[in-house]
Amino acid sequence: MSFEAFMIVAAVLFCIGLYGSLARRNVLAVLMSIELMFNAVNVTLVAMAKYLAPAGLQDDISAVLTGQVFAVFIITVAAAEIALGLGIVFAMYRTNESVELTDAATMRN
Amino acid sequence: MLFQDVVFWLLTVVAVGSALGVVLIRDLFRAALLLVAVFVAVGGYFVLLNAEFLAVVQVLIYAGAISVLIIFAVMLTRDVQQGNPPNRLQIPAVALAALLLAALVTVAVDTQWSFLPEGERQSVELVQTAAVSDISPETLEQAGAAGESAAQGVGLADLLIGRFVLPFEAVSVLLLAALIGALALVRPRPAPQDARASGAESASESAGAGAAGSEAD
Repeated sequence: MSFEAFMIVAAVLFCIGLYGSLARRNVLAVLMSIELMFNAVNVTLVAMAKYLAPAGLQDDISAVLTGQVFAVFIITVAAAEIALGLGIVFAMYRTNESVELTDAATMRN
Repeated sequence: MLFQDVVFWLLTVVAVGSALGVVLIRDLFRAALLLVAVFVAVGGYFVLLNAEFLAVVQVLIYAGAISVLIIFAVMLTRDVQQGNPPNRLQIPAVALAALLLAALVTVAVDTQWSFLPEGERQSVELVQTAAVSDISPETLEQAGAAGESAAQGVGLADLLIGRFVLPFEAVSVLLLAALIGALALVRPRPAPQDARASGAESASESAGAGAAGSEAD
């Protein structure tokens, strides 16, 4: 269970999320894939906080917590994103009667 | 170490398997349930990585709140959806994801990471654990004087209120803006002109809908 193992697992999760967000047609599936990518990035940040030496380590030991603080912010932003995203999904469902991305073509010329 | 390895590989099997299920299964409801499994497995990673607070937050916010929101949305939009069909970008998406995976793995393996020196490991672990819990005096004694002084007054909360107070406030404003934005998105649109005539009625109507929307959020 080395640092690289965590990085590779996070990369696999991120790429699965990327595939899902590109190849699905349902908005909710795309939102779920985006959540997968958020989680992968969080794993990367926390693994770096545990294994790597931050720049200011000698002056300030609390630098080793920076990665975890970043993860807290990412979780917060993800919560805001999912709230807004679901609001958009509902608005789209009301106007289009559909949650397929291919049906959301109102602004296409 | 062996125990942690076993836990790590178990979590990896759960996380990667469930993540594949999320993007491949056609039934959106099952995909949402598998997403919960991914969230819990990632919480397990956080425990392995000395981030107990983040593990708790992960289970509370992701597995608790976000997944419930997604399941609500799946249920509310279910009647018209025919599963979770892929679009025409299938092959380019697979190719792009595979290329990115190759690049990321190469970077992760090839880079000369500046790892923590062995001597610092224990005090770092102490600080990261002390972020959420009181440390027993015996542990402090084992860690030595350096570790003891290091772990005093250093925690996630101190950092959030101290050095990172500006992003912390910015994120709270962002949450407020997202809340207001979500409310504005889901409230029913007033009818074009004649809504003005029956102003009082539609105003009370939209206020009621707004209150319902905030409960859902």
